[in-house]
Amino acid sequence: MLQAEHLTKTFISGDQKIIALNDLSFSVPEGQFLTITGRSGSGKSTLLYQLGLLDIPTSGKVLIDGVDMVPASENERTGTRLNDLGYIFQDYAILPSLTALENTVLPLLMQGYKISEAEEKAKKALGRVGLLDRMNNLPSQLSGGQQQRVAIARAIGHDPKIIFADEPTANLDSETSEQVIKTFLDLNKDGQTIIMVTHEPEYAKMAHRTITMNDGKIVNDVLNK
Amino acid sequence: MSDRTRIENSFSQNAKVGWYLAQRDLKRANKWTTGLIVLVMTFTFLNLVVVAGILVGLIQGSEDAQKKYAIGDLVVSQFLNMAYIEQTPKVSDIVATIPGFKDETVRYSGSAQFESDYRKTINPGELHGGIGGTFLGIDPDQEQKFSGVSKFIIKGSYLTEDDQNSVLVGKNLLYEYTPIDAPGFQNLKNVTIGSRIRVTVGGNQKEYYVKGIVSSKVDEFDNTVIGLSSEVRKMIGRTDLNAGTIAIQLLPGTDPVAAKDFLIKNGVGQYGRVQTADEALPKFLQDMKVTFGILGSAISGIGLIVASITIFIVIFVNAITRRRYIGILKGVGINRRAILYSYMYQAFAYAMVGIVIGMFLVFGVIKPYFASHPINFPFSDGILVADVSGTLLRAGILLITTVIAGYIPARIVIKQNTLSAILGR
Repeated sequence: MLQAEHLTKTFISGDQKIIALNDLSFSVPEGQFLTITGRSGSGKSTLLYQLGLLDIPTSGKVLIDGVDMVPASENERTGTRLNDLGYIFQDYAILPSLTALENTVLPLLMQGYKISEAEEKAKKALGRVGLLDRMNNLPSQLSGGQQQRVAIARAIGHDPKIIFADEPTANLDSETSEQVIKTFLDLNKDGQTIIMVTHEPEYAKMAHRTITMNDGKIVNDVLNK
Repeated sequence: MSDRTRIENSFSQNAKVGWYLAQRDLKRANKWTTGLIVLVMTFTFLNLVVVAGILVGLIQGSEDAQKKYAIGDLVVSQFLNMAYIEQTPKVSDIVATIPGFKDETVRYSGSAQFESDYRKTINPGELHGGIGGTFLGIDPDQEQKFSGVSKFIIKGSYLTEDDQNSVLVGKNLLYEYTPIDAPGFQNLKNVTIGSRIRVTVGGNQKEYYVKGIVSSKVDEFDNTVIGLSSEVRKMIGRTDLNAGTIAIQLLPGTDPVAAKDFLIKNGVGQYGRVQTADEALPKFLQDMKVTFGILGSAISGIGLIVASITIFIVIFVNAITRRRYIGILKGVGINRRAILYSYMYQAFAYAMVGIVIGMFLVFGVIKPYFASHPINFPFSDGILVADVSGTLLRAGILLITTVIAGYIPARIVIKQNTLSAILGR
């Protein structure tokens, strides 16, 4: 369902050419929970951004359901992000002027749902992450863990094909981190494809598969279960 | 393109999401900042409407006074090659049959020489105050009913039917009120209530007591010496009742052009010149009104540019400081047009609230205030000219300008790379 073919990303820094991703090829089948680990600067997040269509690789292909999205227009990439992908960022990246419910409603509205339908679906997603009772709170009125759960609700509210999570537990305490990972495992149990970047080896092992990166290359690709 | 993609790219969908975002941004914005922007918008709107409105109102006030007190809605005057309106009594009778007729006044006039201080001179040819002007004859009751001229008496009192030996003098003829002493432009000195002035028309000469001094800001009264019509007729040698002008007032809602046509159809056109007030008003007043309108618009235009820059800066700062917010929106799949519309809605909302408050101030406070307390200019009582269509046009200009001023900075920021915006790079 998701394929990376000869994916390369380079940056120019002064006179230096930095190879962040070096000719990566792999595929992620539907329903798989994949974790990407590696040291800082190994290219984990860069890989996630390319796969999640937030950035454009220097060369190579990113195929979603067989369609290469690299040459797609900005509008098409935005549309694919809206309809097929969900994102969870390390620092939550929820909109501060919108309540938990409004944050979750927004992508659904963009998809064309009526407000009442969108709110219904958003409430379901918030219920799934245990935040229904805080749905009318602004992010500033929520704890870090609750904000991350809002981000998860927003990511799953529109039933995406793939969820991308970039170190979602990095800013959370261990108890909250475990809750977040448990939510991912529950979602995956229901067939949700998840690709998560993490530093935590114990969380990485909970997934079906773990890719380890170093210097922009895949140095290890193992099935955990 | 899938159905979903089609939906999210449609104008209505983007507009809907933009509105959703804008509503919440406006609701949760800093109230002081919002108040300040609305204040700028209100003052810009007032600047657009009031500056031009006051400038035009200076002339409009003069025109209105001319119509109300001197010309009326319609005027019959002598042909240029005649000294009077032929068959004036007959014309007056026809005038009274105009559908929508309210009132009329018949005035006689002749060119005269007015002298003051002549009793202080001894030798013939010795210099004393003297000017040329118009000697205007009125029926005091009829004129009072028509123009209420007695309210313009600033000193002394109004004429009665028995005042054969008295006159009213317009303030522009008196040095005390209008100090002019330039070669070719002089007026009468040492004239006050009870003074005598000598009036000469052709071979006729008579002394009159000054009974009242008129200040109306209407040339018809301020630049003339006014006496009883019987006196003026005697002085100008009229033995019949043929007058110089008949000013006519119509009931509200009566069309002056239709009334003019009525008079022409009934033969008045062969005895005198029939004009509506707009036709009879001096053309320079219209020209001045246009010039002042352009001047006012130019000044307002500067205000509009300042407001546009303000909105541009406000939206630009807002968008720049919320670069990450915009990045996240794009990251989760919100179309850039929807984000753009949200900023345009916000700019529209600021302008709209400013305009509504401005409209209330213009039509609910400023215009009624100036109507009851006109600005006292030397040549007119200035009012605020702000008609609904002109005001709506200015409101439209402000709205469009503001929305454009909101669109440009938002577009600049929205075009930036999504990932860089999210990561704050």
